[in-house]
Parts: sequence; structure tokens; C-alpha cells
Amino acid sequence: MQILFDNLQVLFQGLALGSIYALVALGFVLIIRATNVVNFAQGDFAMLGAYGMVLFFTTLAWPYWLAFGAALVAMAIFGVLFNYGVYYPLRHRSFLPVLISTLGASIFLQNTVLAVFGPQPKPLEKMLNTDGINIGGIFLDSQYLMILIVTVALVAFTYLFFEHTLLGKKLQATSQDKDMARLLGIPVALMISITFVYSAVLGGVAGVLVGPILFVSIGMGSIIALKAFAATIIGGFGDVTGAIVGGLLLGVIESLAAYHISVPYKDAYAFLALFIFLLFRPQGIFGEKVSEKA
Amino acid sequence: MQRLSLPWLIVLGVIGLGLALLPYQFETSTYVVQMFMQAVTYAIAVLGMVVVLGYTGQINLAQAAFFGFGAYGVALGTVSGDINFWISLGLGVGAATIAGLALGMTTIRLGGHYLAMITISFQQIFDLVLTNWIEVTHGPDGIAGIPRPSLFGYELEDDRAYLLFCAIVLYLLMFAVWWLPNTRLGRAMRSVRENQLAAEVVGVHTLRTKVIAFALSALLGAIGGGLYAGGFAYISPDNFNFMRSVEFLTATLLGGAQSPFGGVIGTVLIVQMPEWLKHLPESLSFIKDVYLAVYGLGVILIMVFLSEGIWGLIKSIRAKFVKPIARTDTTGVKPLDLELQGADAPPLLQVQGLQKFFGGLKAVDGIDIDIQRGTVHALIGPNGSGKTTSLNVVSGIYKPTGGKVVLDGEDVSQLQPHQRAGRGVGRTFQNIRLFASLSALENVMVGAQRDNNDVPDGNRGLRERAMSALDFVGMADRAHVIVRNLPYGHQRLVEIARVLAGRPKLLLLDEPAAGLNQTEKGEFVELLKRLRGHGLTIFIIDHDMGLVEKVSDRITVLNFGRKIAEGSPSEVLRNPDVIAAYLGTAGKVN
Repeated sequence: MQILFDNLQVLFQGLALGSIYALVALGFVLIIRATNVVNFAQGDFAMLGAYGMVLFFTTLAWPYWLAFGAALVAMAIFGVLFNYGVYYPLRHRSFLPVLISTLGASIFLQNTVLAVFGPQPKPLEKMLNTDGINIGGIFLDSQYLMILIVTVALVAFTYLFFEHTLLGKKLQATSQDKDMARLLGIPVALMISITFVYSAVLGGVAGVLVGPILFVSIGMGSIIALKAFAATIIGGFGDVTGAIVGGLLLGVIESLAAYHISVPYKDAYAFLALFIFLLFRPQGIFGEKVSEKA
Repeated sequence: MQRLSLPWLIVLGVIGLGLALLPYQFETSTYVVQMFMQAVTYAIAVLGMVVVLGYTGQINLAQAAFFGFGAYGVALGTVSGDINFWISLGLGVGAATIAGLALGMTTIRLGGHYLAMITISFQQIFDLVLTNWIEVTHGPDGIAGIPRPSLFGYELEDDRAYLLFCAIVLYLLMFAVWWLPNTRLGRAMRSVRENQLAAEVVGVHTLRTKVIAFALSALLGAIGGGLYAGGFAYISPDNFNFMRSVEFLTATLLGGAQSPFGGVIGTVLIVQMPEWLKHLPESLSFIKDVYLAVYGLGVILIMVFLSEGIWGLIKSIRAKFVKPIARTDTTGVKPLDLELQGADAPPLLQVQGLQKFFGGLKAVDGIDIDIQRGTVHALIGPNGSGKTTSLNVVSGIYKPTGGKVVLDGEDVSQLQPHQRAGRGVGRTFQNIRLFASLSALENVMVGAQRDNNDVPDGNRGLRERAMSALDFVGMADRAHVIVRNLPYGHQRLVEIARVLAGRPKLLLLDEPAAGLNQTEKGEFVELLKRLRGHGLTIFIIDHDMGLVEKVSDRITVLNFGRKIAEGSPSEVLRNPDVIAAYLGTAGKVN
């Protein structure tokens, strides 16, 4: 019986961790769909969000929810800057220069934050003031619960936004065919900017959520981003549902494997899972096989 | 590609050797010598990046892991295993090469972003193993006391001697990497970089080329790493993590990925930059604190403003003074030989019950076509009738859902495009697919180097064959022009020359006259007639009925993925079903 409880406990934590991957992966996918570019600074969006919270909440001592709002506004502004600084000048080039440019952005962001906040990891308050609740022997930490709740809410919002609003439809049209969208009078550059803003805010939320668990540090984004990217491939490259399912799956696999096999190699399981998928189902869970057209 | 002449090479060699000998001439601190040692060993690893990224266009974010294979090979071999330095180095390099082969194999299905991710994953796992497998790797503490080797009985104990040795290794490898692009393998690599699909169809074994590129990259990385371990006597996992891979990548891009000289310049700059910052005046010393941030910003700026790196900049300055060859001397070009054996055998190509479905869409649904030797066979039909799909199945880009493609009595349905090219299937593309940054001559040479082509070994034979093919289409005097700079009509001709250089048994032309003006079309018809005169078998798709009528012996008409008519041009173009397919059923034409 105890074994079952332990496993459920681990499963719960895995789902929460997976939610973080899913949020970052969702941001990844939105940018991939809009620009066909993998943003290697996606994890640093989470890092920046968390440091925004450190600045507004810890340093400036604003009320929690005001600080949270301010951090997200800052992320939205950052999304615009990122678009015009990193992606826009290279929009007509192949994927490789853009990919490398985002890699450069990642180094830049991490080290700028390092210069401002120093190397010491910062603690961050939990969202709620309670520790958590105990249900039938399984302890549900309040922060883990909040992660799950916020993720579900954001995923639902994203779905409604893209499927049931005109702006969402325009964003979808832009990601499908930029030239056609432009001919239909959709301001493509603006749509791409909005995508970056949305993606940056998603990343920021993920950072604020995970901050209390991992500590806020310069490198926190890198490892999250790699796993989120792995999640997008496992789920199906460029597929929104795939990103979320892939993220959750990866979180669960990782937590269970760490619990049952070995902790030091915790970070390796995600990559092993990725390798296995790439070998046997490279199109991912929801992806379709694509072949180049002649 | 512009080549350096021999005198320049000698000058470069003398300068390089002089640099490496400097420590002998002047009193240099160990510190400075070690910095050079770092630059030289890193540069060897960066040469690997030049091969895989610069030449082959495949991203590799695991070069530090390969570097680590070499370093740990030497460290574990000499310190833990008490084995000779050279044998340890060989083991490390061997292990790295095998890892490189394995990593290259993943490109069988995955390129681009996936490859970036795969190589990062590999890098991260390598890092985790180095840190956590403490019994073997000594974990984060690293390994100290790594000895230096002896060479022909001479101990390379002295820092200066060891540096000189490493520098010589670097120069030799630079020379090899510089030599590579103009070999068969090098041209194959560059064709993969420029247009992988076209390379495969023209006959380049693209997977093998990419695998070799990765293996070479790993090999060079490991040599650099092994020498690094000997040079510094101490290594730890920090030297081989993801950031180091990014550093190798940045050095490659900063210097210019497509040249070994660029790569080495980039490496020296990346290694030296932090040192220069130390000498900044007090008022500017804040830059030191944000050095890495500036470095990240630099990466973005390089991508935006200096896409071909410093070497590209040097080349473009040089191009202002040295005029490129505009007209190529065409004296002594031999006429193109297109003769084939066994011209009276049964049908060359038999397409039997061919089906190709995409999900629920039946693009091609059970067609049969026999193409007789020495004839021009046209495939026509309205848009979306399955013409290009059929051609893609014949050339191997798609595998058929059902039915067979039989070439010369052999079922080739499951063969890769390059294998079919090796059996004499050549094709051109609807939207021209050339290797844009290669010269016309190099494009055609790639076509000439297909498997089983009857061309004398070596570059000379290939070049002659390519010149003949260019001459055949009237482009010989433009042989040295980079094809990107040629006008559209000329690009079409180069693409045809590229196929002809491979002496095709069967020539597949996908809308070859699209986008040509009337004069060019007229010339093109003449070219086709000449090709038929040489006994070539041609399978052509085109929308221009006038052209099709003029050149073809036989026409097959498709509609909605099925064959609706076949016969001589006069029969087919009067067939009521064909007229209905083109003009709609309600129309009656008298």
C-alpha cells in the first residue's frame, strides 16, 4: 500500500514538473508555428519571469499579485524587444542563422541577469500561504497544486483564444501561410510580434510557478528549455496538443525514473526518452510524417 | 570556390610557423604559451566544425563532447591505465569517431532543428556521465597529472616544444580541410549543404556524406581534445560542457564557417578576447563584468551583419580587386558522349499499376506506362492530375503505395533516389534546384560523379566530362560563374547539363520549359531534339501543348491520378476524353 502511495506522490510531482515543461513547450510551439524557428532562448523567458518576480516582490516588496502582474507586463514588453532584436532582422534567412541568433540571445540574457543579480540563487515565495493538503496519505504541496491549476487554465485559455477569437484565427492564418495572410490584409509582422509576446508571457508564468521549487537561478531556464524542446518532439513537432502531452509525459517519466532508478541521472532520462522516440517514432505522438516536396 | 594559390600557402605556412616559434625567440611566460596552446587545440576542434557545419551544413552542438572524448581518452589511458600517450589518444579518437558515426546516422530521418536537439542531448548526456560516473571519470574533480608524449624518442616536455608540435598538427589538418572541398567527398558535402534533395536525386549518397562529415568532425574534435589534455596536464568536466560547444560554434561562425582559415581566425579571437579585456583602462573595466553578455550579443550581431564571418569579409574585399573569371576558356572541350549500350532491348522503364496515396488523397491510382528506348515520352494532364507525383515515384523521392517501377528489367521501387541515379535515372525539377553557391562547373561535376558513371577517376576526368556537358547546352564559357548569379534561363540549362554529365539512361524533365520566354523555348526544343538524336530516352512533363506535340513520340494523359489516354501526339490530342479533361465535359469542340 505504501508503495502505491509513494508512486502516486511521485506521479503528482511529475505531473506538476511536466506542466512547467508543457507551458514552455507551448511557447516553443507557438513560435515554431509562426516563424518556423526554434527559439533556444525560450527557457530564459522562464528565467526572466522568475527574476522579474524577485525584483518586484522580493526586492521592491510589492504585494504578490501586483508583482506577478508587473512581471508579466515586463515579459510582454520583452517579447516585443526579443522579436525585433533577435528574430526580425533574420526573418528572410534560413533556420540556422536564426537558431544561432537565439542561442546568442540566451547567453546574453543569462549573463546580463548574472551581472545584475549576481550568481547566488534566489528563493521565491510560494503563491499561496499554505504548505499544502494531505489526501489519504498523499501530500499535495500547494505550489505543485497551483502549477497544475494555472497550467490547465492557461491551456484552456490558449485553446479558446486560438480557436474562438478573430485574433486567434489571424494568428493561425499567419502561421499557415504568411504570403496568403498578407494578401488577405492580416498584418503579419504584428501577428508575429503578438506570438512572441504571448510566448514570453507563457514562459514568464512558468518561471514564476517553478521558482519556489527550483530556486531562481541563471541556469534554471536552460535545462527546462531542453526538456520542453524534447517534449515538443515527443509530442509531435509543431503540434500544440503534442507539446502539452509531451511535456506532461516527460515530467512523469523523469520523476518515476528518478524515484525507481537513480537520482543523479535524472536529467538524462528525458534525453533517453527523446532518443527512443526519434528512433522509433520521429514524427512524435501527434505528428504526421512529412516528406519534402519536389 | 576561390582557391588560394601555392605561393600564398607557403607565405601562410611561414607566418604560421614563425608564430609558433616566437616563444623560442622571446622570453614568454608560461601563461602566454598556455594561452596559445588553448587556441591551437581549440582550433583543431573548430576545423571539425568547418567540415560538418561549414561544408556540409549540418548543425553540431556536441563538438565539446568529441573534444572531451579525445581528452578523456588521453587522461584515462595515461593516468588510470598507464598506457602510452599515442595509444590512448588513438583510443579516444576512435571512440569519438564511432560516436560521430552514430550521431551522423540519426540524420537518416532528421535534420535541422531535430539535429540541433539530438546533438545537444548527446552533449548533455556526455556531461552527466563525466560528472556522475565517478569511479571511472573521477567526476567533477577531474584528472590531474596527464603526461606529455615523446616523439621519435624526443620528449615533448618543454611547453614551447609541445606548442610547436601542436601547431604543426594544426597546420597539417588545416591543409587537409582546405583541400577537402574540391574532392568528390567535399563536393558531395557542399551539394548536401546547398540542396539535399537535389543532391540525392543527382546521385550523391547524402546519408553517407553526412555520416562521414560527422565522423570527421568528431575525429578532429578528439585530436584537439587529446592534445589539449597533454598540454594542460589536468582536465575536468567543465572543459567539455555545452557552453564549450557553443564557444566552438561561435568561433566557427565568427571566423567564417566555410574556410579552415576562417575557423582558425575565429578561434584565436574567441580565446584571446578575454585577455585583451584585461588590459582595458580603469574607466572601461566594467566591460569585464559583462563580458559574456557582450559575447552573446556578439553572436547575434555576427549572424545579422557578418553572415559569412571574418573570412567572408576578407573574401568580399578581395573580390573588389580581383575580378572573377567571367568567361571560361573553352578550347579543347570534347563533345559530349551520351552513347549507351544495348539500345534495342525491351522497354527501358515500365511503370506497373503504380499507386501513391497521401492519407486519403489518391494522387496516383493505378497507372501503367511503358517507355520505349530512344523515345521522348510526354506525360500531360490538368493541374493535380498526378504528373509530378508520378515523376517523384519514378525518381525515388516517394515510395509507391502500390505497384512497381521497373528500370531495365530491374524492380527499383524500393531504391533510394541516389541508387536510381547510380542506375542512370536523371531528372530536373519544376522549380530549379541547383547548388546555388557553387559554380556552374561544380554543379555539373556533382552530376558527373554519380555511381557507375563511365568517367575517368579523379577531378580531371570529372571536370572534362562536366565541361563537355556544359558545352552541349551552350554554357561552357560561363563555367566559373556562381550559379546564383546566372539568369533564370541559364540556370535551367545548367540543371540539364548537370543531368547529362551523369550520362542518363532515362532523363526525367519536370516542366523544363516553365518560365522560359518564346526564344528560349525555341532553343529548348532544339536542345531536346538534339538529345533525342543522341538516342536518349526522355520522360517529360510540360503544360505547353505546342512544345509537347513538337518533341514527343508518345503521350500519356493523366486525370485524377488515372490514365485516360495514350498514343501518338495526333491521336491523343484529338481524343474526346482528353479534350473533356482539359476543357470540361460540357464543351463540344468541332
